[in-house]
Amino acid sequence: MEKNKKRRMAIIASKGTLDWAYPPFILASTAAAMEMEVGIFFTFYGLTLLKKKIEAKVAPHTNPAMPMKMPFGPKGFQDFDWPMPNLLMGNAPGFETMATSLMKKTFKNKGVATIEELRSICLDTGVNLIGCQMTMDVFGFSKSDFIKGVDIGGAATFLEFAMDADIQLFI
Amino acid sequence: MLNAHQREVDCQGLSCPLPILKTRKAMDELSSGEILRILSTDPGSVNDLTSWSNTTGHILLSSGEEDGIFVYLIQKK
Repeated sequence: MEKNKKRRMAIIASKGTLDWAYPPFILASTAAAMEMEVGIFFTFYGLTLLKKKIEAKVAPHTNPAMPMKMPFGPKGFQDFDWPMPNLLMGNAPGFETMATSLMKKTFKNKGVATIEELRSICLDTGVNLIGCQMTMDVFGFSKSDFIKGVDIGGAATFLEFAMDADIQLFI
Repeated sequence: MLNAHQREVDCQGLSCPLPILKTRKAMDELSSGEILRILSTDPGSVNDLTSWSNTTGHILLSSGEEDGIFVYLIQKK
């Protein structure tokens, strides 16, 4: 490779839960800070991460290994891993919302950036955010549902960008 | 050496990838040859800032720990 050519990373973001929303934005913002050229193709549930308001939640009942931590109280209380029976998680109304708000609070306590912050850094540092046209049609999204600066494309758009990428990830 | 820096960025209490993102932002405002001092409490920053320097070409002059705080000096390329 010529010396002056920028390294490139191509990511497909296909999931829309809070835990799966982090990796694409963390890696993309960091790669941009490492002077790489970065593109993320948002498809299927990943497309919701381009919406003006991100409503990503955690899904405890499909992730039985998820540690359940309390983000307040004494250290021993916070470090305790609460056993949550799947029956309760799957059926209690509002359980996901509660678990999401506890998880977000824990992230904040640990100095982790929010998805919105990382997304905004991605935009500021020139990461290409590409929405999948087909998924938009299927879910009934229009470009006006998304933040400014998003491009729209399909499989060929992603493949042309990924063809010359040093790193390709499907998330 | 510790006073030889032109700018400081405080990343204490922040987790990955914020120390890298804040370092990059601060580095953008320096001129070639100037030195940035970075403070972090993230143990992962030891390897991360080394990798960041390796790939960007900025020079990691020193890296050390003082009372649980990691202190780095990086010179802009």
